[in-house]
Amino acid sequence: MAIGLDLLVQFFPNFASIVLAATGLAIIFGIMGVINLAHGEFIMVGAFSTSLAYNGGIPFLPIDALPGLSRLIGAMLFAALVTALFGLLVERTIISGAVPNWISERTLGRPVVTPLYDRLLDSMVATWGLSLIMVQTFRNVFGNSLSGVPIPFGELSYGNSSIGLYQVLLAGVAAFVLIALYLVFVRTDYGMRARATIQNESMAQSLGVNTERTYMATFALGSGLAGLTGALYTPLLSIEPGLGSVFLVDAFVAVVVGGSSVVVGTLLSGGLLGIVDTLFSNVYGTFAGRIALLIVAIVLIRFIPQGLSSLVERLRERRLEVD
Amino acid sequence: MTKRVDRRKFLAGGASIATAGLAGCALTGSGSSDTIKLGILEDQSGNFALVGSPKHKASLLAIEEINNNGGINGQQIEYFDPDPQSNNQRYLELTRRMINQRNVDALWAGYSSATRETIREPAIDPNDQLYFYTTQYEGGVCDKNVFAVGPTARQQLGIVLPYLVEEYGSDIYTIAADYNFGQLSADWVKVLADENDANVIGEEFIPLSNSEFSSTISRIQDADPDFVMSMLVGSNHTSFYKQKASAGLDIPIGTSTAMAQGYEHLRLDPPAMSNIYAGVNYMEEVPTNRNTKEGGFVDRYYEKFPDAPYLNEEAENNYFSIYMYKRAVEQAGTTDQEEVKAALESGITYPAPEAPDGEEIKLVPETHHVNHHMWVMRADEEHNVEAVDDRVIDETFLKDTVGCDLTSKDEETQYTPQDYYEEAG
Repeated sequence: MAIGLDLLVQFFPNFASIVLAATGLAIIFGIMGVINLAHGEFIMVGAFSTSLAYNGGIPFLPIDALPGLSRLIGAMLFAALVTALFGLLVERTIISGAVPNWISERTLGRPVVTPLYDRLLDSMVATWGLSLIMVQTFRNVFGNSLSGVPIPFGELSYGNSSIGLYQVLLAGVAAFVLIALYLVFVRTDYGMRARATIQNESMAQSLGVNTERTYMATFALGSGLAGLTGALYTPLLSIEPGLGSVFLVDAFVAVVVGGSSVVVGTLLSGGLLGIVDTLFSNVYGTFAGRIALLIVAIVLIRFIPQGLSSLVERLRERRLEVD
Repeated sequence: MTKRVDRRKFLAGGASIATAGLAGCALTGSGSSDTIKLGILEDQSGNFALVGSPKHKASLLAIEEINNNGGINGQQIEYFDPDPQSNNQRYLELTRRMINQRNVDALWAGYSSATRETIREPAIDPNDQLYFYTTQYEGGVCDKNVFAVGPTARQQLGIVLPYLVEEYGSDIYTIAADYNFGQLSADWVKVLADENDANVIGEEFIPLSNSEFSSTISRIQDADPDFVMSMLVGSNHTSFYKQKASAGLDIPIGTSTAMAQGYEHLRLDPPAMSNIYAGVNYMEEVPTNRNTKEGGFVDRYYEKFPDAPYLNEEAENNYFSIYMYKRAVEQAGTTDQEEVKAALESGITYPAPEAPDGEEIKLVPETHHVNHHMWVMRADEEHNVEAVDDRVIDETFLKDTVGCDLTSKDEETQYTPQDYYEEAG
């Protein structure tokens, strides 16, 4: 019984870290066909922004003067916004090449950059380069470490164990993010256009969808979510420029296991991988947890290469046929 | 006639300025043969920059002090300090460049054991290059060319583990980074536990990429030890201290890796490092007159580097070993590397900042290791650090257990505790 309770409590932070690490990457990959290897560094931007805002490092923005918890929440929202704007900048310059092309058309008379949409390997190289530049630039500008942010809330005691309450609550935030994303994709105009763009880009274009603007918004949304993840994990981590690498592996495994559907895929893979990680880490140790997680991922990729969300789609199609 | 000479002088001057401009940073490399050339390869960027840059800075401080006081035997020190960027491949290239192109008289290089092993066999040993490795490490390197002057795991754990057994009890839970250094350090915990009538009741090795510690914390709570020995490494593992504080895990923790190197007590908010005991030969807070008195080591360091964040354990090791090198060259009367090695093997001592007044730390001739003055440093709830115990701890593993004697036998080996102790392995 005690072990069951222990596993249940431990599941929450594991689920949260996988889901939050993966959503931003999943959106950009699923909708734009861009593999963002700088995803970890976008998370790092979120963490750095949170730390700077919380500790009063942002001029003209006295977030550090806010009382109590609102200071932390203010810093986190600020960080998500900053990262979204940063993502927008990256999309306009590197991913779509709109800015360099605008300049080159006026100077050379022709565009020089082909957009990286649906060019998986090319986008990996470009964003990997971006990640290297970002890590060293942050190191040069901000130094090797930034002062952190204290972990809010106290501890949650159960049996003879205890855990930080904040880590458990993160699972709630992760669930909230998934629900919000679901609503964005099914209830908003942007969501409809985004889904139309995935299904058939040229058809969407001919029906009047500005796919370029959809891509732009998608990248900003994915970046903003990466920034939110960085913000949420700022209290738990030591803030240094390389911190994004921790998230990248989890995020990739989750996206590959989950498949192309952002919400369903991330939910299923976060749940499954969270259970596997919790079970093995708790019983056999952290190392065993990592191994088990990767083995499950390999097995799933072998037998369900389209990801867990493809299973759900197949089920739904079968039911439609029966009807 | 005089005019022509002047014009020639002018041309010569212009030519040398042009060469200097072309040569760029190579200017320092083309230095004259009457300087002593030291290579300082320490990480100023990349993963190890946080802990490596204090080593780099303290080396420059020692060199500047020596040069300002007349150099070594009247010769000024010239140094080469390209940035290895925490990249072992680059370390190997730069080490070869230091040896073959710069002809350095002595080399200081590398933070991690992985770096040391990357350059030791392929570059240091084939050239018999005099090499100082200054990081605290797992111990056991018995190599004619290598002077491993940082404290070993047996020395660091050897001061803090007995202290904690005495204070808190005999049940130990070990958490360590899952690679060579962590595994060997955990073996030393077992050996020392056995020597101090204590037992290791649990042990976990954490992958370096891990930064989520709730299951580790829960496993420690289940095992309910008297204290934890932590040999966690790197910034990912630093999260453990924050997370255990937020989970309310209030247990004494002994460590050979936290605080003295990455100054976690200054980087993390209290009370993350509360009740943590570091076994070290040096950290900025070590209360000796040579260190903290006005005009002492700490003052001189921050006077030269006002923006430096911390003066860490390895920085002091670089500092005193450059002075030990100075004493050896003065004694040998030459920079010839074999003769300097022989001089270093003559029982060189130095009044290092870690040692109290009147005491000098000793470089052991047979093992090329140092008998350090070791300290147990404790951080309280506000992260104030105080010394709670200190004494000289000799390097005994190579000297007594292995019987390494480099004065009589030319060796290039690393010994591990598994070879000598049943408890380890």
